[in-house]
Amino acid sequence: MPFGVVHRIGKIFSAAELDPAATQDLIALEDISFSFEQGEFVAFLGPSGCGKTTLLRIMAGLVPGSSGEVLIAEKPVTGPYGDYGFVFQSPGLMPWRSVLDNVLFPMEILRRRNRHAEDRARHLLELVGLKGFERSRPHQLSGGMQQRVSLCRALIHEPKLLLMDEPFGALDEFTRLDMNDLLLSVKQETGAAVLFVTHSIAEAVYLADNVLVFSRRPGRIISQIRPPLGSERVRSMRFDQAFLETERAAGEALGVVHATLASHTADSGDKA
Amino acid sequence: MNKRAAGAHRIIYPVSGALLLLFIWHSICLIWDIPPSILPTPLQVGESIGKHWGLLVDEGLITLRATMVGFGLALLLGIPLAVILTTFRWVNLMFYPLLVGLQSVPKVALAPILLVWLGTGMSSKLALAWLVAFFPVIVDTAAGLQSTPKELLELARSLKASRWQVFYKVRFPAALPFVFTGAKVAVTLSLIGVVIGEFVGAGEGLGFLLLSATSQINTALAFAALFALSILGMFVYFLVVLAEHALGGWLPPPSPQH
Repeated sequence: MPFGVVHRIGKIFSAAELDPAATQDLIALEDISFSFEQGEFVAFLGPSGCGKTTLLRIMAGLVPGSSGEVLIAEKPVTGPYGDYGFVFQSPGLMPWRSVLDNVLFPMEILRRRNRHAEDRARHLLELVGLKGFERSRPHQLSGGMQQRVSLCRALIHEPKLLLMDEPFGALDEFTRLDMNDLLLSVKQETGAAVLFVTHSIAEAVYLADNVLVFSRRPGRIISQIRPPLGSERVRSMRFDQAFLETERAAGEALGVVHATLASHTADSGDKA
Repeated sequence: MNKRAAGAHRIIYPVSGALLLLFIWHSICLIWDIPPSILPTPLQVGESIGKHWGLLVDEGLITLRATMVGFGLALLLGIPLAVILTTFRWVNLMFYPLLVGLQSVPKVALAPILLVWLGTGMSSKLALAWLVAFFPVIVDTAAGLQSTPKELLELARSLKASRWQVFYKVRFPAALPFVFTGAKVAVTLSLIGVVIGEFVGAGEGLGFLLLSATSQINTALAFAALFALSILGMFVYFLVVLAEHALGGWLPPPSPQH
């Protein structure tokens, strides 16, 4: 049995839940099924509001699904289970804690803060290039550095699963490229499976072993693409034929690759 | 500009400004030949401060003590009540709107009533100080406890943190800047409460000194008491800022001042 199994997950937000003025239920996700192995990198790629973040939160046990089930390590997910790291879109660091203490926060909650944990925190910070910043405060770091601290915090309790919700969406392109490579090397080192929400086609293709392409709301998986790039990814691959073709395939599945300007305008009109 | 020069500028300019104002004040007194019982010159005020130094310090200490006790009581009651208010939904629904409404009531107007209940002296003074200082503490603390960043709460939840862990590791430290914002307002208000209390029913303190000096047409002494009150106000405010730096040194630095 695969490490993670998502079986026919659906999510409906009832009108009352959304806001008092809403009259219609919102179908966020419909019939989502896929599975992944230990150490596999899965990207959720789709337009904003397609429910990919909701799916991630269901898999984290932070919100219940309306139908279907999620199994992680053969156990059904019914609530938060703690054996995963979560990286949010914003770093979400605690301004009153030093970088090191931020990384160690999960260990305090799990009552496992000890010498070993502190050594591991230092090691992780070194791994992401933040050696020497252990005693700094978050506000003294740049956005990219803060997100790297957040990544260390997500990995400190040695989870087998890393859930990332558009973690690099707020970063500039150059920082983002660096963070992509950093994430791959960190993943190599920890062996954790990664579920990664993004709306960047290039990012999804570059990082993932399996790209799940989502439709617009209600979110459904319209395509699963396995980029034929091998397990070792280097930056120059971004310009390889295989990479570009995979990008194009993902773009076509998303319906964002058009031959003419006219169809593009028609589509934008449809969106609004 | 280097740091030391910038620091010097921060001292030189305000001091020059103050000296200029004192000069204008002095000139006005001389030019229009204003009697000291109406407006004493800065020099006469200074002279009075020198002459009544011991009295000002004694009365100042009485006012200071009442201010700090009133402020302390406001913290002691305000913070735990804010915690209760934000922890239990029904308490919140019942009392939060009431609290916000009450905050706009001019509480010093209650001074005569407090006098009836508690009589003259320390207790009515403290009650007034507590009353005015309590509201900013509880309202700001409650606001702080309710504005914890969502990510931090979800992170704690994903790790199955207990309610208590969420409170003392996340919600309370995240609320501290709000607590201090409230405390800074509260300590200043507490001093005002004490002075009003001393106006309406006390035989000691700077407020009493101010009142008795004006009734004896000793305006210079009244100004001296006023001066002492300003120093006191800055001192208690400074104490809170000091505590903030010691306890909550994590606050991001304020945007540079011009």
